[in-house]
Formats: sequence, structure tokens, C-alpha cells
Amino acid sequence: MTDVRELDTLGAWLLEKMSRRALEAGHPATVVGVADRYTGLIEDVRQINRRKPASRAVQNPILERLEAIGRSTFSAAEDVSVFLQMLGALGSAGLGVMRRPRSLRFKSLVYHLDEVGWQAIPIIALVTFLIGAIIAQQGIFHFRKFGAESFVVDLVGILVLREIGVLIVAIMVAGRSGSAYTAELGSMKMREEIDALSTMGLDPVEVLILPPRIIALVLALPILAFIGSMAALFGGGVVAWFYGGMSPAIYIARLHEAVSVTHFEVGMIKAPFMALVIGIVACSEGLRVKGSAESLGKQTTISVVKSIFLVIVLDGAFAVFFASIGM
Amino acid sequence: MIDHLSLDVRKGEILGLVGASGGGKSVLMRTIIGLIPKRRGHIEVMGVDIDKSRDRDIHVAAMWGILFQQGALFSSLTALQNVQFPLRENLVLSESLMNEIAAAKLEMVGLTLEDGDKFPSELSGGMTKRVALARALALDPAIVFLDEPTSGLDPIAAGDFDDLIRTLHETLGLTVFMVTHDLASLNTVCDRVAALADGKIVAIGSMADLLRSDHPWVTAYFHGKRSLMLQPETS
Repeated sequence: MTDVRELDTLGAWLLEKMSRRALEAGHPATVVGVADRYTGLIEDVRQINRRKPASRAVQNPILERLEAIGRSTFSAAEDVSVFLQMLGALGSAGLGVMRRPRSLRFKSLVYHLDEVGWQAIPIIALVTFLIGAIIAQQGIFHFRKFGAESFVVDLVGILVLREIGVLIVAIMVAGRSGSAYTAELGSMKMREEIDALSTMGLDPVEVLILPPRIIALVLALPILAFIGSMAALFGGGVVAWFYGGMSPAIYIARLHEAVSVTHFEVGMIKAPFMALVIGIVACSEGLRVKGSAESLGKQTTISVVKSIFLVIVLDGAFAVFFASIGM
Repeated sequence: MIDHLSLDVRKGEILGLVGASGGGKSVLMRTIIGLIPKRRGHIEVMGVDIDKSRDRDIHVAAMWGILFQQGALFSSLTALQNVQFPLRENLVLSESLMNEIAAAKLEMVGLTLEDGDKFPSELSGGMTKRVALARALALDPAIVFLDEPTSGLDPIAAGDFDDLIRTLHETLGLTVFMVTHDLASLNTVCDRVAALADGKIVAIGSMADLLRSDHPWVTAYFHGKRSLMLQPETS
């Protein structure tokens, strides 16, 4: 090794591995002539990888699967309790605000109203316009076979006002604002801002969650749902005019006959409840963020998936309810 | 993690808490300020039982100031607004008076008014700690809890911060509870030092007392290579 001028850890390890293999084969080998400055490195490398890492116990795959199912069952039960806890905390914070209306954080409420309401209008109007147009186009295309094109107005009107309008808007708000809430609260949690707030004697639910965020959402979603429904009806009308050859005046007249205020009410009543569900899920998932960036991403994903799921479940529950009371 | 631990902080002193990494120093501090629930025991801050005081109890909030390790400044507020926050929440003051008080606190910790307009993301590590200290002092608390105040600062900035703590301690008559790893600040700032090992306080007293302690962990901590500067006469 006398001519070796440079030796790094990798080289030293390969050398050591070679001599270990030689030793195992019964021919002890010695490395000679290593430059003085590398003897320390050679000595160190001689000590490494001597101990086998403790092998992890191999689990029975069936048991592992069962354990995972058990764990997720428990976590589902925990999810329900987290949701109810947040609902309770919101209730008590709401009572606090009602008792002291001056403690309502008006400034941040307006800020969040702008964020989740005003700034969402263009994209929501665009998407619902397209959805309305697509429903009308499909309706005209298929109803034409029966010569029942004019019934497309009933289809668009009832479907949009009762179900699609509010549902699409709620799903978009869950993706747009729910995820933002989770990420905001989660990063505050990570930076200990929420801890700092509670050590100052303030309730994070009262400062960060109820007045600014949840109330903003509950106010904004019905307005957005209304705008979205109108945009969808407009989209349907445009398609009926250009694709179905139905003049706007006839479209509006038929719409008057087809839909009643009840349909509109059924749609709009759902909006604030959906907003509450989205807000609770988004905020409680945000508070469950742990210290890592990965957990922030995971909780944000969970928040969006869970709130969209719950919005659809809630819509189904409302459909059953309204059917049974005859609305 | 912490078991049968008893620790008294005397009024008007600076107490330093040392302990192994992951040994429960931060857990102890967070338990004292009520962020982590405890199974059993009794915690009193300035004569008030923490468990009996309500969340929104202004007495507790105004009595203590807390400096978190990373500062925990509210990222959506400027430095000045951060300092104003406890004032705004707990007192009814005019906007201009609040500005003046917050500016005074910023000056006390060695910052300028121009720094007050910056957002936390624009502040350096040392400045973040100073703003966080100013916020902790906003309501003139009787006791401040500092979690590793000098970690992540270079020796000059750390030394300045030590001086600042000492000065504020003298001018405001503060009681200081400080979790730290910094041997220099233990030596120069703290009146008493407590050592936490195996979930218990194994030694407490002045620096000289701790240097004489014969607990193995304490000996390893205070007589290691890095602590030679503490006993120049023996080395």
C-alpha cells in the first residue's frame, strides 16, 4: 500500500471487508505500508459493522392486517370524538361571544370573509356555469330522442337548485378554504403559536377558530351557493339557446313553471350546515398537526378528503329528511 | 418522564434548569405553564394554584411571560403588533398608548422602531428571540419562563442576550426560570442552578455547589471538556 496516496472511508472499508473475508476463509491478511496519516482511519474502520443490527421481529402478516383494522376502527371512533369536542368547544366559544359581543374579532372576520367568500366568486361562478352548461347539453342530447327537449329546463332547474349547486360549491370550498384553514392552523401549531396563545390566557378556539374562520365560512357558503346556482342556471340557459335553439324568454318562462321556491329553499338550507362541517373538520385536523412537515401535508389531505366525504353524506341525509317531510 | 419532582423558584432569582437532551426539561416547563396535563401533583405560580385558575384568568396571563425556544411569534403580525398583542387582549388602552408601550418594550430588548414593522419571517434568529422576549415582558410579568434563550445564537449574540436578561432582571425585578444548555449563561446569569436527571432534581444550588456535587450525571455535565472554562483555577 506504499504507493497509495489518497484513501477515503469507502476505500478503507473495502480493504477491511477484503481482509475480513480472507480471515473467514482461513488466510489472515495484513495491510502493510499504509501512510501514517491513514492508520487512524484504518483502525476506525476495523471496528465498524462488527455488530449485527438487532433484526426486527417478523410479524405474522394476517395478525398485522388485523391489527391495522383494529387501529383504524379505534381511530374512527377517535375522529367522532374529536369532531364532537370541536363542536362543543365552538358552542361554548359561541356562548362567550354572545355574552360579550365586543369580543367578536370583527377585523379578522372581515379578512376571512374576503378570503373564503369574495375571492372565491370568480372560480366558483366559472365552474358552476360549466356544470350547468354540461347538464343542459347532455339533457338536450338525450331528451331529443324522445322529443322532450323542453324538459331539459326542469332537469337543470331542479337538479341545480336542489342538489348540484350547493354540493359543487361546498366541495370546492372544502378544497379551497378547508385546506387553507388546516394548513394555516397546522403551521401555527408547528411554530408553537397556538401554545403561546394559550399561555397568554386566551382560548385558541375563541381567537382563531370560531369568530374569524367558522363564522366566515357559514356566512360565505350560502352566498357562494346562491351565486353558483345562478351561474349554473345561466350556463344551462346559454346552452339551451345556442345548442337547443330555445330562446331565453322561453327558458325563463319554463323555469318559472318547473321550479318552485321549495326547491331553492331545500338547496339553500343545506349550505350553512355544510359550511359548519367543513369548518369543524378543517380546524380540528389543523390542530392535530404534529411537529413535522409530513404531518402537515397528511392532515391537510385528511381534512379535504374527510370534509368532502362528510358533505356528501350530509347531502344524502338531507335528501332523506326532505323526502320524508315532503319538501 | 418526570416523577416525584419538587422544585422551588425563589422570588427575584434567576434559576437555570439543566438536564440531558430528552430528559424532560421542556416537559417540566410546559407542565408548569399548563400546556401538558400532569397526572398528579401541585403547581403554584406566584401563589396561585394553576389548576384552580380559569383559562382566561388575567392574573395568570399577566403574571407570567413565556419565551418559547423558536420564539413562537404570530407570523401574521408584525414585530410591534406581536408585542402589542397581550396588551390588546388583556387591557383597554388607546391605540397610541399601546404603540408607545410596545415601542418602549422593543427598545428595552435592544431593537429599533424600524425593526417593529418587520414580520417574523424577516427577522434574524437573535432578533426573533428579542421580539419574543419583548412580547413576554409586555404585561410586566412577575416571572418569565425562558426555553433555551441562547440556543442557535452565536457567542456574541448569546452573550448580549445574557446581559439583557441580567439587566432586565435588575431593572424590572423579574423572577426568571430558564431552561438552558449554555454553560456560559448558567455561569454568568443564573443565581441558582437545578440539575434534572432521571426525572428528578438531583442537585440544586449555586454554580459552586453544583461543581462540588458528586452525582454522576452532574459531574459528567460540569466537568466535561467543554466546561473547563468554568474552573480555570483548577485546570
